[in-house]
Amino acid sequence: MKTVGKSLAELHKLLVNKEISSVELTREYLDHIREYEPKIKAFITITEDEALKQAEEVDKAIAQGEEIGPLAGIPMALKDNLCTEGIVTTCASQMLRDFNPPYDATVVSRLKAAGAVLVGKLNMDEFAMGSSTENSGYFPTANPWDLSRVPGGSSGGSAASVAAGEVPYSLGSDTGGSIRQPAAFCGVVGLKPTYGAVSRYGLVAFASSLDQIGPLTRTVEDNALVLNAIAGHDPLDSTSVPFNKPDYTQFLENNVRGLKIGVPKEFFGLGLKQEVAAVIEQAIKTFEQLGAKIEECSLPHMEYALPAYYIIAPAECSSNLARYDGVSYGYRAEADGMIEMCKTTRAKAFGQEVKRRIMLGTYALSSGYYDAYYLKAQKVRTLVKQDFERVLAQYDILLSPTTPTVAYKLGEISDPVTCYMGDVYTIPVNLAGLPAISLPAGFTDGLPVGMQLIGNYFAEGLLYRAAYVFEQNTGYYKEIPGLLREAD
Amino acid sequence: MKISQQEIEHIALLARLKLTPEEINLYTEQLNSILECFDMLNRIDTTNVEPTAHAVELYNVLREDEVQPSLPREKALQNAPQAEDGFFKVPRIV
Amino acid sequence: MSYQDKYEMVCGVETHVELATKTKIFCGCTTEFGGEQNTHVCPVCLGLPGVLPVLNREVVNLAIKAGLALNCEIAEFTKFDRKNYYYPDLPKNYQTSQYDLPICKKGWVEIEVIGKSKKGGITRAHMEEDAGKLVHSGDSITASDSSGVDYNRTGVPLLEIVSEPDMRSVDEVIAYLQELVQILDYAGVSDCRMEQGSVRFDVNVSLRPLGSKDFGTRTEIKNLNSFTAVRRCLEYETERQAAVLDKGEKVIQETRTWDENQGVTLSLRTKEEAHDYRYFPEPDLVPLKIDRDWVERIRATLPELPAAKRERLKGLGLSAYEAGIITSNKAMAGYFDQVMQKYPEAKVVANWIMGDLSALLNAGNQSFEDCPVKPYQLADMLLMIDKGEISGKIAKTVLEEIYSSGKDPAAIVKEKGLVQIKDEGALEKIISEVLANNPKSVADYRGGKEKALGFLVGQVMKATQGKANPELVNKILKEKLK
Repeated sequence: MKTVGKSLAELHKLLVNKEISSVELTREYLDHIREYEPKIKAFITITEDEALKQAEEVDKAIAQGEEIGPLAGIPMALKDNLCTEGIVTTCASQMLRDFNPPYDATVVSRLKAAGAVLVGKLNMDEFAMGSSTENSGYFPTANPWDLSRVPGGSSGGSAASVAAGEVPYSLGSDTGGSIRQPAAFCGVVGLKPTYGAVSRYGLVAFASSLDQIGPLTRTVEDNALVLNAIAGHDPLDSTSVPFNKPDYTQFLENNVRGLKIGVPKEFFGLGLKQEVAAVIEQAIKTFEQLGAKIEECSLPHMEYALPAYYIIAPAECSSNLARYDGVSYGYRAEADGMIEMCKTTRAKAFGQEVKRRIMLGTYALSSGYYDAYYLKAQKVRTLVKQDFERVLAQYDILLSPTTPTVAYKLGEISDPVTCYMGDVYTIPVNLAGLPAISLPAGFTDGLPVGMQLIGNYFAEGLLYRAAYVFEQNTGYYKEIPGLLREAD
Repeated sequence: MKISQQEIEHIALLARLKLTPEEINLYTEQLNSILECFDMLNRIDTTNVEPTAHAVELYNVLREDEVQPSLPREKALQNAPQAEDGFFKVPRIV
Repeated sequence: MSYQDKYEMVCGVETHVELATKTKIFCGCTTEFGGEQNTHVCPVCLGLPGVLPVLNREVVNLAIKAGLALNCEIAEFTKFDRKNYYYPDLPKNYQTSQYDLPICKKGWVEIEVIGKSKKGGITRAHMEEDAGKLVHSGDSITASDSSGVDYNRTGVPLLEIVSEPDMRSVDEVIAYLQELVQILDYAGVSDCRMEQGSVRFDVNVSLRPLGSKDFGTRTEIKNLNSFTAVRRCLEYETERQAAVLDKGEKVIQETRTWDENQGVTLSLRTKEEAHDYRYFPEPDLVPLKIDRDWVERIRATLPELPAAKRERLKGLGLSAYEAGIITSNKAMAGYFDQVMQKYPEAKVVANWIMGDLSALLNAGNQSFEDCPVKPYQLADMLLMIDKGEISGKIAKTVLEEIYSSGKDPAAIVKEKGLVQIKDEGALEKIISEVLANNPKSVADYRGGKEKALGFLVGQVMKATQGKANPELVNKILKEKLK
């Protein structure tokens, strides 16, 4: 029985009907991982023993006639910045090469409680800083659609593993586009929830006021099922919002008639590649044909979002990463005296991009520059937020490309500023704290193009509905990378 | 604003990063080109704009003063690069 | 020659006081003192990757309470900020503190030095987390190859109270600190256990020529943990600065440390230390809005504070000195009030508490908090004196007996047969015997020597083991000697 590529609902049905056991299912995925990992390299750690143990428990529950939840017994993998008790959590950094957390992140506890089977921890840009997974402290990950290309980042392993069928779903984290951009590059569905909808407890912080955890899946329905399990208020996270969490699958209705979609013109500006624009314009037409009302709108401060983000995120990062000093956990360099030990530890164990952002953030917060940079950036953040609030009062959702380009070649971009420009459409959403989803909008030259839908605070349900309608009426999710077709 | 090499060295000390001369050169150059992009922020007037520290407004998130179990000491120390007699051990401080 | 002949001292103090909560400021670990190293820690206070702080409600309540007790304005909007600096006792290498919007500001305490009183201004008070403890392998930090870090204290809630530079003498500084600590103790904001390090002081001190209005260059001496240390340190530092100024040199603005053993302050400057705290709003905590109802609810829980108590005691007839002694100790003051409920004679109660009872407690190394003599027992005993059931002299014995046995005074008096003899018949019999045995004294008295009467009274008391009612003895003696 070939289970790889099936939806969560289908897998759940197989388990409930006892057509396959969770152990068999887990073994099938582990076999698939073993087959494709040499090419994809999405995993930092594979947790075969723990996975099989968890699978056995679910099988026992099924055997005893217990009712199991929609994720129970089904394999999944986590970005390696989510703390897992007893399982090394590296953030793809040499700094945390052997770090064994004594606690589980809230999302991990919730997935465990749902009976999910963790098969491994996924590669990423070191400490989630980057957009290609080339900044991993271990190795780069390949894009399943073209192994010579990047999977995007920072949740590159999360997107590539789902696209390659190694897991039915994964979790990633998104600070400036780190779920949506790799989802777009790898042709999968990635949601960045509203800030505060999913607990950050146990997510190794990059930029605390921007970070959110979210699911990466093949389909919109799968995504809603995973969000059901991980969203909701958590008393361990002071920024977690107490809200009435709906059943997100209830929004999956094939109807967008009358839905008002705004298309912000600033998201079609400089840097947008013609072939990407063409796919998105086609997607807009599709929505129109399906009965949605499309209008151009404007978010005048969008061009300032990128510099504001590259002040705020590095500033928070410089403080969040100060704890890696070789004192009580993580790597320690041998050196004479405390200060020298600390400086050498950080110099040796952090990669270039991490060091660059720490330097930038330290500078932005330092005496004499705070007002000019950090405070100014926070004020710009207000303007960006107000732009969105104004436009979202008029439209139900906003539509844009997720990225200005498709996946680029490994090693193609080395200049940091060029790299930062790739996040120009995703970053404003994090500054405002809004939810947004990226889903496959079509293909160009055999490479997926992602479309971003942005909604109002806690309007994930509406995003799912719009995405579901598009997905069901276009069927791009049925496309699979050539790599997998050859194997069939 | 232009950052000098000397400033980069000062920032590196604040950030506890031991940089090689090559890295100092590289970061001086790269930070300057990044800061150049930031200059566009000066084009907008933010005089009467309140700063946003949190994307979603929340206030008074508090927990009750109730004791929760602490970690067993071996778990607290399990990741220590060096531990002795229940302490985290660090090299000489001054 | 003292610095005071030429210079005036200007001093302000930052007081760090541990708030009396059960758990740490941002996690549920206990704040209990004296646990084995690294046993009161969890992922949050260890600053492990991925953890987040959640603010303890009681910390805010106590900070508001302290602010009210110190006559501060309580902020309607307040927030936390990160103070970034590297030190191995600070696991995250930033301290979560408050920067531009502290919870309390603009307060004062009344300080009194040799009968003169003035207001000691309080600039602000803010909430923050404590750091851990370093244990050095050698005798001092400079003489150690390595150090051990204990994070039990990390995250214990502190209130930092910053004074105005209002103090002009060492005595004023000490008076300010004593009053401040007393208020915090009374208010129940802190246990104020100095010996456990729950109160620490950083002093900022400078000198200026007498008559000058400008401030001189100041030095900061950090981490003093007793009034004695503050006094000795300031006495040293003022003389040191005076010597520098006398030589025509300039005082360097710097942080110094107090070396208790050598009795000197030492410079803490190192070349590698760059001070730039890079404060920014703590993104992991949300701001506080403190509505006035909240403030009033806390105000309603404030007990009587030392200054008010002193005034009330003076109103009851105590001298300023007595009121000062009684209120200097919260437990003693509470004890006084409890005795007064049953025996409302302030002077008498104060005398017994400050005299005999304090002496007993001192000798037994105990305090009013755990006083074996219950307030009602002292009151009962005083009532027995008034009723003439025991003499004042016997009462001292009774008090000792209550102290050691815990029994009630009536039981002790009965058991030991200490009750006064007020039976005239019985006394007459004893007195007749005394007169018969002392014919010379009888003759002396009758011959006009009044003093002889005293001797005879003494003999009667001796014969009755002090239990005879002195007034009655006098009366019967005088009748018999007519």
